[in-house]
Amino acid sequence: MTLDLWHITKRVAFYALVIFIVVVSIFPFYYAILTSFKSGTDLFRVSYWPTSLSLDNYISVLTTGSFPRNFLNSVFVASVTVLAALFLAVTASFALSRVRFRGRGLLLMTILAVSMFPQIAVLAGLFEVIRFLGIYNTPWALIFSYTIFTLPFTVWVLTTFMRDLPIEIEEAAIVDGATPWIIIWRVFLPLLWPALVTTGLLAFIAAWNEFLFALTFTSSNLTRTVPVAIALLSGGSQFEIPWGNIMAASVIVTVPLVVLVLIFQRKIISGLTAGGVKG
Amino acid sequence: MTVEATAGQAVRTQPKIESELLKSRVGAAMWFLLPMLAALAVVAGWPLLRTIYFSLTNASLTNLYEAEFVGFKNYLSWTTLKSGRTVFSGLLVDPAWWNAVGNTLRFAVISVTLETVLGMVVALVLNAEFKGRGIVRAAILIPWAIPTIVSAKMWSWMLNDQFGIINDLFMKLGLISHKIAWTASADTAMTAVLIVDIWKTTPFMALLILAGLQMIPKDIYEAAEIDGVHPVKVFFKVTLPLVRPALMVAVIFRLLDAMRIFDLIYVLTPNSAATKTMSVISRENLFDFDKFAYGSAQSTFLFLMIAVMTGLYIWLGKVRFDGGDR
Repeated sequence: MTLDLWHITKRVAFYALVIFIVVVSIFPFYYAILTSFKSGTDLFRVSYWPTSLSLDNYISVLTTGSFPRNFLNSVFVASVTVLAALFLAVTASFALSRVRFRGRGLLLMTILAVSMFPQIAVLAGLFEVIRFLGIYNTPWALIFSYTIFTLPFTVWVLTTFMRDLPIEIEEAAIVDGATPWIIIWRVFLPLLWPALVTTGLLAFIAAWNEFLFALTFTSSNLTRTVPVAIALLSGGSQFEIPWGNIMAASVIVTVPLVVLVLIFQRKIISGLTAGGVKG
Repeated sequence: MTVEATAGQAVRTQPKIESELLKSRVGAAMWFLLPMLAALAVVAGWPLLRTIYFSLTNASLTNLYEAEFVGFKNYLSWTTLKSGRTVFSGLLVDPAWWNAVGNTLRFAVISVTLETVLGMVVALVLNAEFKGRGIVRAAILIPWAIPTIVSAKMWSWMLNDQFGIINDLFMKLGLISHKIAWTASADTAMTAVLIVDIWKTTPFMALLILAGLQMIPKDIYEAAEIDGVHPVKVFFKVTLPLVRPALMVAVIFRLLDAMRIFDLIYVLTPNSAATKTMSVISRENLFDFDKFAYGSAQSTFLFLMIAVMTGLYIWLGKVRFDGGDR
């Protein structure tokens, strides 16, 4: 009997821990959604369960100010950054994973080191380059600067994936006289699709969430991306923070990400652990 | 690096063609690498060198090109007064800077330690077999997926002194007797930052550790169970040593990330001296206070610190990034 009791206590404790982990993980997001549907004085009454369903905050965020424009900026910047990084990374990873040459290990370590760079260390120099190129305060400044973290990451993960592809496929192509260029685009690319989706998604999330460069290299409401817009969203005075609007905007930018992440759960986890890089 | 692809194996019988093929392959590889290397040189290499250069000049935001070289003046300079006293100035004797260094180190050490411990707990839970494991894994991905700025805003609302749910909850549970201004008060600002960071990044840690746990062969545990070894002993003698390579990599990634923290602090506790980190103070000098050269010196210092730390860690911990013992 005592053994049974001990067994039950253990099970209960385990499930209590599980429930605790789940609640702590999702509660802040749940509370943001709850807040985003409150308006007026309701906002300042603490409640744990949904009490009202007012769309005022959403209407206000989507019709006044530049939020819709910021959203489009984010979509544009993140998409172009990812496509550029993937294009450059596919050929580079082929070279790094399937061809043996001197200095390859060192090169891989350098690429990893770049992805671990403190972004602040290049901020001053990048600012100068961006001013020189005349792209300050345009989406191109962000697409350009985001390459510093999306490119090393995609190269690193794609190299890991490509290394594991069987050598026989390539041998057959070489015997048929295929050049490395053809091998990449005709033989490897079709096999790489899952890896491309994973890395692309992770790079997209990283670009979507980036803040420091976006804050520094854009200066007007119309060119800002969503994270900067949310950070700088303010009311009439310092003491009137528009919490309702901020929460509505937060929910709008987070829901697509959460949906994507939940759909591609397994792929994302495998990509994260292969790359070992935080998105 | 398990699979080494060489053309040699395909045409082993014709040595001459083999070497030609190999040569053209290496040649092609160089061309394939070139665009990526060029891109990295332009966005990372060159800007880094320029930042280091700016740190040795008197550049200001409005006067980037006519900056004069001043040597290490931004780091340390001194003048001797008429009274014979020597006055030092510069980064190395700036109390605000050392405060930021202290904040950054404190933040990095505490957050990474707690994240590792909690990440290990979550990973062990996810490694057990139980009903609803999929739901837990999906749930812990949510904090990771939420943009840092959004989580900072969400938490700063939850931690609001008057209308925040955290104060309400803690009052109801009797944990605190009066409402706390979590983000505004100097005593609790760092705690607030730590709470949000730990909430946001523990999932990442847990997933990396979980990947390591899943590579441990199950029969080791079966053997330990048959021998009647206590589970706690199994954890310290079997699990921990075997998961160490994965853990070391996860810790270094998190540590580097924590050392450069900017966005969370910029949004959650703006202008609080208690949480100002090296990245925050550097950017402030670079773009807000028009002390471009001084800010460059600060970011160069941070870069060097991180470089030395990483070197030491890899050397002392014998970390292998290519998957190590897998």
